[in-house]
Amino acid sequence: MGTLRGKLLPPALAIVFSALLCGIALVISGANPLTAFGAMLTQVGEGTTLVDVVNSTGIYYIAALAVAIGFQMNLFNIGVEGQYRVAAVTAAVFGGSVTLPPGLHALAILVVAAVAGALWAAVPAILKVTRGVNEVISTIMMNGIALGLAAYLIRADVFGELRGNNIRTPEIPSTGWVPGISFGSSGTVFGLVLLAALLGVGYWIMMNRTRFGFELRASGESSTAAAAGGISAKKMVLIAMLLSGAIAGLVAMPEILGRDHTYNLNFPGGIGFSGIAIALLGRNHPGGIALGALLWAFLDKSGLALDNVGVPREIVTIMQGAIVLSVVVAYEVVRRVELAAEQRRVGRQTGTAEPVGGAA
Amino acid sequence: MSTTSTNPSTAPLTVPPAKRKRKLPGWSTAMIGVAGAIVLLSTTSYLTGFPQLTSTGTWQTALRLALPILLAGLGGLWAERAGVVNIGLEGMMIMGTWGAAWAGYQWGPWAALVSAAVFGALGGLLHAIATVTFGVNHIVSGVAINLLGAGLTKYLSTLIFYPLSNNPRESPAVPKFDTYSAAGLSDWLGDLEAQQRVGISDVAGILRGITTGVSPLTMIAIVLVPATFLVLWRTRFGLRLRSCGENPVAAESLGVNVYLYKYTAVIISGALAGIGGAALVLNPGQPGYLEGQTGGRGYIGLAAMIFGNWRPGGLLGGAALFGYVDGLQLRSGGKTVLALFYGAVLLLAVIVVVQLVRKKWFSAAFAIVGAAILYFVYFSLDELPSELTAYAPHLVTLVVLAVASQRLRAPAADGVIYRRGQGD
Repeated sequence: MGTLRGKLLPPALAIVFSALLCGIALVISGANPLTAFGAMLTQVGEGTTLVDVVNSTGIYYIAALAVAIGFQMNLFNIGVEGQYRVAAVTAAVFGGSVTLPPGLHALAILVVAAVAGALWAAVPAILKVTRGVNEVISTIMMNGIALGLAAYLIRADVFGELRGNNIRTPEIPSTGWVPGISFGSSGTVFGLVLLAALLGVGYWIMMNRTRFGFELRASGESSTAAAAGGISAKKMVLIAMLLSGAIAGLVAMPEILGRDHTYNLNFPGGIGFSGIAIALLGRNHPGGIALGALLWAFLDKSGLALDNVGVPREIVTIMQGAIVLSVVVAYEVVRRVELAAEQRRVGRQTGTAEPVGGAA
Repeated sequence: MSTTSTNPSTAPLTVPPAKRKRKLPGWSTAMIGVAGAIVLLSTTSYLTGFPQLTSTGTWQTALRLALPILLAGLGGLWAERAGVVNIGLEGMMIMGTWGAAWAGYQWGPWAALVSAAVFGALGGLLHAIATVTFGVNHIVSGVAINLLGAGLTKYLSTLIFYPLSNNPRESPAVPKFDTYSAAGLSDWLGDLEAQQRVGISDVAGILRGITTGVSPLTMIAIVLVPATFLVLWRTRFGLRLRSCGENPVAAESLGVNVYLYKYTAVIISGALAGIGGAALVLNPGQPGYLEGQTGGRGYIGLAAMIFGNWRPGGLLGGAALFGYVDGLQLRSGGKTVLALFYGAVLLLAVIVVVQLVRKKWFSAAFAIVGAAILYFVYFSLDELPSELTAYAPHLVTLVVLAVASQRLRAPAADGVIYRRGQGD
């Protein structure tokens, strides 16, 4: 089987399958799936939707990159969710309380966010390396604590201030803003979406063209084999987790520096979990992740149109969940089919009988 | 990721320590633990002047809040004993809350219970199909089920609850179970508690809290703990199920249908998580289904199970602790929770003495430092911020994992992808 087909077929199958599934759900609930999907497609041309999709893609892309770095090392960083939240609060508080020249201010905020994310990821990393604590459980716990910590830090008597019904951190002065690319009435693309693209390029270079990337992947494939080659698995776990946390720290920055200029109660949650899904969809490849992020953003933003045709827009979330599950199943099935084909091929060449375990 | 056979969720395990001769049977150790906890709480409440630590109200609330955690944890126990890591408990629990509300407002609490179990079991079935049949990484499937569970319930509530309750995030009110109290006992214990005598009143308060206003669901959940133990550890079925979690290839060689056992375990796991969701909806303090109601309790259930070393008894202890801290916070606020720090200092003091006697200087020093920090927190703060106390279970879990992860022992093949016939 061609490798390209092996790579592209599973996600395509998964998307078609999920769309079918949601179509059936729509029919059962008495709606016309064609109208619904049509409304979603036409929505892209309306108002600010296209720009929203681009912005959202950038944000999801950063989150998925953070998850993907962990995956390369066979680490499950479920904690991206908590890391970007803690980083957002810290960066917003920092940005709102210092005065620095334009440019430098924004840069300093970005650095603070990355450091805060890395520090939050350092806890599970250190626990894993020194005490052998499973990172899945510890990052889940850190997510909970992050929620509490963020809620505490923006209390009016700590760092926050009350504005109307909303509690938020002090506004970051305009020196710390990152200007966007305006498209008039169609909205403004966040300037930091470019940062997402840069991170993607950096990720590709790091993974494929540096010694560190090789060591990371080798260690993720087999830590014992890597250890025999002189690579310390513990060191790799630590670095991968810190790097993942640092990138996760940047997830909320496009929104905070480009539009909100503050961390408030309406801060969007769940991006970390979407990041996991997108990294899986894109198989940790920077290009694949970009497509996955685009799909996610499209579903999110054009799903808003569904309310107009009388369909609850939450069907989009079902679709996203179905895509993740079916894409991993599809990858596995394709892998088994290819393995069986390979076994048959080798069997024919060597003249032995049909090998066992040939069926997928 | 799913292409590699190594699984990140299997933490590096150490070889279990050489078997010491057990002096006491398990139940008596548990009794000593419970007695110790009561003495500790009663001393703390006496020394800090917070009778709420052992009051009826606190314990009643604690029991109600511990139920969902306990049930989710039991769900996790069933799945992981069969070797399937179930991060999807949260999603199955969410499906359970929706199922409970949907059947509950129409046909009453018993229907709610059954429907919640069915909805949870459907989530479990999905997890089983993905992980057992298709060999998908268990964590990946769990994360997907959490996404799916949340999305599905949001969709269904908008579709079905919105016309009835005018709120897409809420169901119509769900009728609750009648509650039962041990009539004469309850009054007598109430008198004892009111006398404010050291020790006796504390025990009376705790006992009254867990015997007053008990719903059938509470009884079912409590009975499920020994039932789980008996089924998993004292029957042929349980032995086979656990063998699938320890060494599926060996189990297969003995003729056990590993797929079937894993499917059964994960479906039961989902049903239990679903009932845990029902426990939230049927809690007398709640009107019915509410979006985001589970608030990560599925994860806490998982933590309670790890806390309890993959054993039902330990799980009960973990759920009780988490429920208790939650209940204390809800009933009497951050000040009282801070008193628990004092209790923890007392506990650490005892540990220090024990470790000194056993000449374990390192752990004694570690405990002294911990006690000093906790005492400093207790001394310097007036009140713990409520935002943070809500996440105390998370913090406790992290500390326990950091301190005791070497002693915890997960089933040997937990999270390992198994395929029939791979062992030859």
